[in-house]
Amino acid sequence: MAMLEINDIEVFYGMIQAIKGVSFEVNEGEVIALIGANGAGKTTILHTITGLLSPKKGSVIFEGQDITKAPAHKIVSLGIAHVPEGRRVFAELTVFENLKMGAYTRKDKNEIAQTLEMVYKRFPRLEERKNQLAGTLSGGEQQMLAMGRALMSHPKIIVMDEPSMGLSPILVNQIFDIIEEVSKSGTTVLLVEQNAKKALSIADRAYVLETGKIVLDGDAKELLNDDSIKKAYLGE
Amino acid sequence: MSFISYLINGISLGSVYAIIALGYTMVYGIAKMLNFAHGDVIMIGAYVVMAAVTGAGLPPIAAILAAIIFCTVLGVLIETVAYGPLLNAASSLAVLITAIGVSYLLQNIALLIFGANTISFPKVLSIPAIVLAGGSLTITGEAIVTIVSCIVIMTALTLFIKKSKSGQAMLAVSEDKGAAQLMGINVNGTIALTFAIGSALAAVAGVLLCSAYPTLTPYTGAMPGIKAFVAAVFGGIGSIPGALIGGILLGVIEIFGKAYISSQMADAIVFGVLIIVLIVKPTGILGKNIQEKV
Repeated sequence: MAMLEINDIEVFYGMIQAIKGVSFEVNEGEVIALIGANGAGKTTILHTITGLLSPKKGSVIFEGQDITKAPAHKIVSLGIAHVPEGRRVFAELTVFENLKMGAYTRKDKNEIAQTLEMVYKRFPRLEERKNQLAGTLSGGEQQMLAMGRALMSHPKIIVMDEPSMGLSPILVNQIFDIIEEVSKSGTTVLLVEQNAKKALSIADRAYVLETGKIVLDGDAKELLNDDSIKKAYLGE
Repeated sequence: MSFISYLINGISLGSVYAIIALGYTMVYGIAKMLNFAHGDVIMIGAYVVMAAVTGAGLPPIAAILAAIIFCTVLGVLIETVAYGPLLNAASSLAVLITAIGVSYLLQNIALLIFGANTISFPKVLSIPAIVLAGGSLTITGEAIVTIVSCIVIMTALTLFIKKSKSGQAMLAVSEDKGAAQLMGINVNGTIALTFAIGSALAAVAGVLLCSAYPTLTPYTGAMPGIKAFVAAVFGGIGSIPGALIGGILLGVIEIFGKAYISSQMADAIVFGVLIIVLIVKPTGILGKNIQEKV
């Protein structure tokens, strides 16, 4: 049984249908990439999984439990963390307060302290700047904070929306290295990216989305060499 | 000596404005709406105290507690029934107009139950006045209680927001509702909590206001409500220390205006100062300049 199953979801914004029957699954331990152009519906799918949107049709099943109708704030404690597009860190809170906010649903103080240590180890920059307001961080640091904040909930699966957006090539590499590390440490990853080349290079499997539908899916390395993908998304 | 006595009266009146302004500013900060019915919750609180003391014969402390509980429930009820369904509406005007409607509703309910006649508010604070400087300076017991209450409330609220989990959740919701949800914060619950705190403070303000000016009509809350809104804007709406500074300044300006310029002009002076502040610093004294780093 897959860890996360998306079954034939249809999502609307008012009268406009953004997702036209999408199904896919994520198995435990995998890195899954969802790629596609602007407006294909990638973010909408992530928002449907984490409860910020609810689908008109279809279902979202996490570890055998139907979470289609569950409100966003309940989904976090089930083990799904969402790193939103544009980072959305709390600019007026300090780095430390942001990280603490990530552990909002957790009770055990010792465990939280352990996770915090782990996050600081993975992102030494965040520890250096823990008392600084998040709004004063650079874009790359804010992305690290958003990822660290999501890890603070100790998720089983981490859902990331365009983590490389607006970052310099060096930082993009760094962020993707971190995603690989997160995956290696046992967290399942669902990644939405416009940077298809990078996303495919670290993913196990991928789904290609076009105007609300999955048009192609398969092994990420094979997709990386697929001619139509090369033309449409890799600019080769 | 009269200058100092005016100053103390001004700070005392300003403390009441500050306590009311807190309700405005917290609700604005978190739900991004202006709750124009906030002033009328003060009036309801005062009527509850009046009814509990003169009608049911409860001791003052019990009456005040009853008013706080009643207003807390009322505030959450108003939020759930009237505002909640509209907070995600396309136009933020919808909820603003609803707030004005709720304001009239509360006034007319009070009118229906208690009538339009001015009722004298019972004495619930029995703190003796302090007489200083050989009798030339008297500080009333009401003024002392009001100023002390304001300090206690401000301190408690600041600690609550800084230290408690719910307080941090409020900060997160005020900044980004969507991201707050992704942290596992129940946004609707946090908004309801904000209304509960604001309305409980309105009940306290009602007691303090009616103790200093012991008359009560269904319109008692309207003017202080608007002035407290001015105080909140004055200090920078959304900011808790701003509500304190704005409230105190407004009270002092009003009392000095009454004492030294003209008692009829006092309100005009208060609103005139607001206009000047908004021209010079549109975000208010402690208001944030909106700046975002991309």
